[in-house]
Amino acid sequence: MGFDIENYLKDQTNSDVILFYKGNVDSDVINHVLDTVEDKLVEINEQSRLRKKVYNVLVESLQNLYHHVDKVPEGFEDQTSEKFGMLVVQKVNNGYKIITGNFVRADNVEKLEEKIRRINRSSHEEIKELYKFILNHQRISAKGGGGLGLVDIARKTGNKLEYTFKEYDDKYSFFYLDILVNEENQSATN
Amino acid sequence: MEPIIIEGTPKTPTVKFDAAQGVFEIKGRSIPENSVEFYKPLVDWLDNYKESPLSKTVVNIRLEYFNTSSSKCILDVFKKLEAIHKAKNEVEVNWYYEEDDEDMLEAGEDYESIIRVPFKMIEIAE
Repeated sequence: MGFDIENYLKDQTNSDVILFYKGNVDSDVINHVLDTVEDKLVEINEQSRLRKKVYNVLVESLQNLYHHVDKVPEGFEDQTSEKFGMLVVQKVNNGYKIITGNFVRADNVEKLEEKIRRINRSSHEEIKELYKFILNHQRISAKGGGGLGLVDIARKTGNKLEYTFKEYDDKYSFFYLDILVNEENQSATN
Repeated sequence: MEPIIIEGTPKTPTVKFDAAQGVFEIKGRSIPENSVEFYKPLVDWLDNYKESPLSKTVVNIRLEYFNTSSSKCILDVFKKLEAIHKAKNEVEVNWYYEEDDEDMLEAGEDYESIIRVPFKMIEIAE
């Protein structure tokens, strides 16, 4: 048994958590999470521009989980969830944090990390071009993903993708993606 | 040709494709997990329409949200329209975006730069 994924996440967040979810990420869960967060942002009167960005990023993060999570390791507490993932939506100073967590098979870690690194070393203009290139040249995969989710998140937020891989056992790592959606970068990115 | 009329849902857009008028509309939210399933019939329908299109086709895209999986399918829709335009028929795309939604404007500009069909960007009040 590896480290405690939930406690790690609790250490990373503070009390302004709008939503915490852990379990199977199916279509109904996605609907429910989107509705809950959307209602909450309307309720606290968040300005529509930031609200839309949060919603867009949330859609992509949840659907990334839906399309890409690997099966949970044998012996993990939750064996019933076919697509096990975790999600935290948190209010921070000037925006929102969306943190996702999921298992990644050890042999998929390198590929995913390289993808994120490529995005993180690109300028906003390069990310825009990368998005258009993938849009125009890559087919939708067998898993149903378009390969655009992370690029889109980086493009819409204008922020680097923060991430951690925590080794769970010799076959699996747990991947946390920590996305900041805020107002600050807007003038710089447009 | 029978028109396509699909009511919107929280995850899929309202669609009205009317071959008799040459007016096609996609409106609302397009964020399904499986966008190919939703868009394939539309793309197939356009394949048929392309055989004998009206001299002028107007396309209104008025999306509030769309996911990256839909973005590829929307490109497939535009590629059919591009073929109609290339065959010397008039095609006009009206891309609507809410006034504060620069992401949606940029998304329209992405398509405009990929697809050889005249686009009109139309800002709407929220």
